[in-house]
Amino acid sequence: MTVVYDGVEQVDVEAVNSKEKRALYAARVKVFPKRVSGTFRKLKWWVMLVTLGIYYVTPWLRWDRGEFAPDQAVLVDIAHRRFYFFFIEIWPQEFYYIAGLLIMAGIGLFLVTSTIGRAWCGYTCPQTVWVDLFIAVERWVEGDRNARMKLDKAAWTSDKILKRLTKHALWLVIGLGTGGAWIFYFADAPTLLGDFVTFQAPWIAYSTVAILTATTYVFAGFMREQVCTYMCPWPRIQSAMLDEDSLVVTYNDWRGEPRSRHQKKAEAAGEVVGDCVDCNACVAVCPMGIDIRDGQQLECITCALCIDACDTVMAKTGKPRGLIDYATLRDYQANSAGQSATTGWRSFVRPRTFVYLALWSLIGLGMLFVLVTRDRLDVNVLHDRNPVFVQLSDGAIRNGYTIKILNMLPEPRSFRLDLTGITGATMTIAGSDALASTSTIVEIGADKLRALKVYVRAPRKTLSSGRNSLQFTVSDVAGTESSSYVANFEAP
Amino acid sequence: MAAEQDTKPADREVDEFTGTATTGHEWDGIRELDTPMPRWWLWTYYATVIFSIGYVIAYPAIPLVSKATAGLFGYSSRAEVAKEIDNAKQAQSQMLDQISKKSLDEIRKDQALYQFAVAGGASAFRVNCIQCHGSGAQGGGIYPNLNDDDWLWGGKLDDIHSTLKHGIRFAYDDDTRSSEMPAFGRDEILEKGQINDSAEFVLKLAGQEHDAAAAERGATVYADNCAACHGEQGLGDPEQGAPNLADAIWFYGGSKAELVAQISNPKLGVMPGWQNRLDAATIKQLTIYVHSLGGGE
Repeated sequence: MTVVYDGVEQVDVEAVNSKEKRALYAARVKVFPKRVSGTFRKLKWWVMLVTLGIYYVTPWLRWDRGEFAPDQAVLVDIAHRRFYFFFIEIWPQEFYYIAGLLIMAGIGLFLVTSTIGRAWCGYTCPQTVWVDLFIAVERWVEGDRNARMKLDKAAWTSDKILKRLTKHALWLVIGLGTGGAWIFYFADAPTLLGDFVTFQAPWIAYSTVAILTATTYVFAGFMREQVCTYMCPWPRIQSAMLDEDSLVVTYNDWRGEPRSRHQKKAEAAGEVVGDCVDCNACVAVCPMGIDIRDGQQLECITCALCIDACDTVMAKTGKPRGLIDYATLRDYQANSAGQSATTGWRSFVRPRTFVYLALWSLIGLGMLFVLVTRDRLDVNVLHDRNPVFVQLSDGAIRNGYTIKILNMLPEPRSFRLDLTGITGATMTIAGSDALASTSTIVEIGADKLRALKVYVRAPRKTLSSGRNSLQFTVSDVAGTESSSYVANFEAP
Repeated sequence: MAAEQDTKPADREVDEFTGTATTGHEWDGIRELDTPMPRWWLWTYYATVIFSIGYVIAYPAIPLVSKATAGLFGYSSRAEVAKEIDNAKQAQSQMLDQISKKSLDEIRKDQALYQFAVAGGASAFRVNCIQCHGSGAQGGGIYPNLNDDDWLWGGKLDDIHSTLKHGIRFAYDDDTRSSEMPAFGRDEILEKGQINDSAEFVLKLAGQEHDAAAAERGATVYADNCAACHGEQGLGDPEQGAPNLADAIWFYGGSKAELVAQISNPKLGVMPGWQNRLDAATIKQLTIYVHSLGGGE
């Protein structure tokens, strides 16, 4: 260990993915991120707690919808083709809400990236969160960077075997928990858990858990930074999202260079030296195995751990924090040109972010409006195709229709079906003994679709040859909702 | 470079930039790198080879002269299908049992049973009935339309059921319903003039254009020869399969010529009885389906 400054040691480390070493084809070199503490590390712990909390707890939240609908707050009921989200229930034909949410998520990602850079990658991406969790477990079992490197090189003693077994067992348990939580979004969580542990759950539940356990274990335990660098398209797309006003983790070389391992000596000798004492702390803590001092790189997920590492060192060397810091390219260039610039909230207010925010809000408000005013009653009318009309014995003409009425509320409702548009036309419903009329009451169960076979007969003299038009109106007897459908009536 | 080449065979030239051996060929100055297969790919390939050996042993795989090797598991896709069909039958059996036990009226009143019967009847109809009655049950030619409200042999559930079960003029069933309209022309029961007059009278009954004088003469002929079955007002009699002559529906055509032809040499429809070909539950479902087409009484 070389002491580069009072109380600051140089870590013996090389950036395994440093710029010069980055070959096109190369076997992975293991990264052993060192423990770090600081503001951003603390923030990351909180983000992990909240995101994992949301993921694991959500399926267990209950939401009372009455006796005709499940009481799980968030449920994707594929078997019954319903999606429940607290007070919202979505039928398959309302899938555009999901599409809208995905568009909002996309634009939200653009907005976040254009302002605070790859915050998604650095803090909230599941890959980042689970890798962080896996590294924490690894550190807890095997010790910090040096101990882990030593263990990695060590022979297979019983101690190493025990530590490795413990680590992998813990990883698998976390993986199992991850896959296990996922399936609860698709069925009643308490029931499924009971079935799952008594081996009565459907095989798809077990296979889903197995696959997600495996992907979690492999992605977070072994592949780690390779997922971000090679598998994920987002690092490539984000280059189009970032501009000179986006925050990125920046090594302020205008302040740090020329770096010197013997700062005091050099200063005493009258040499010009920067703040960087070349202690490599920023490299040692990097989970991506890069050297941030090489500048902005595709591999950097902006997790800001190097900022924490460097801040700790700066505190020891008595220099202001922020040698490595979030900065915009514009400010960095201004500082490099000798001006003094710090990044404030103003850099976030610019046409680009405004357009993203406006678009995002517009879609959100539009969806909210549609959601609030949406119908919970829907009517579809299908005209019989074969035969299109039937001649009756008294000369009247009859047309057949299949009327599908959707009661999208979780309670049974009575609807009145009215027929208008053709003088003298009356209807009967197949299977019902009710007399022909222009109005009839239809009972529909909670959250159900009911298909009615309806026959409409009209006297020949009120019909014109060919296509006539009539209207079915379905209205809620107890409520105010109603829906109309204009249908054709065919005559010879 | 020289040192590197020493470790490789002489013809394996090593590319300067990648450090990878080339294939040794050169095309217009272009050399091809001999990059080895990615290891994961190779291992996956080996894994599939090993898997295939196990698969060949476990499942039917190698075609022999008359059949293929059976495999250790004794798997057969045909047996799989048979099992699925059995399961489907098992799933339907509860509903079918109820349909067998309950009366047609009871089935019609039970919403779930009714829907099941209509769906089952529709599928049985597609297999057994559309050849004559058409896919929309609209009939045509000498086959009656089942959608309308005009029934030769009655449109009540029991009538339809009886027709389906025993047929009409079906020689192989003793309970079949049968009637025979005399061939007034062919058998020379009536004169040509009388036939013409009675046809005019039938047109009058139906409220259509007719020769009033001929119809007047035909009234007597009708009363003497036709009214016994078709009724004095021509309203027909479903008991005897005598059609209503006063309504707007003409089975064998409503023009004067077609009427004369029918009176002279009547066409008599035949429908087979299905009781020996379909099981009782299917016939009941067909009854419910036909009744649901809109004309059921």
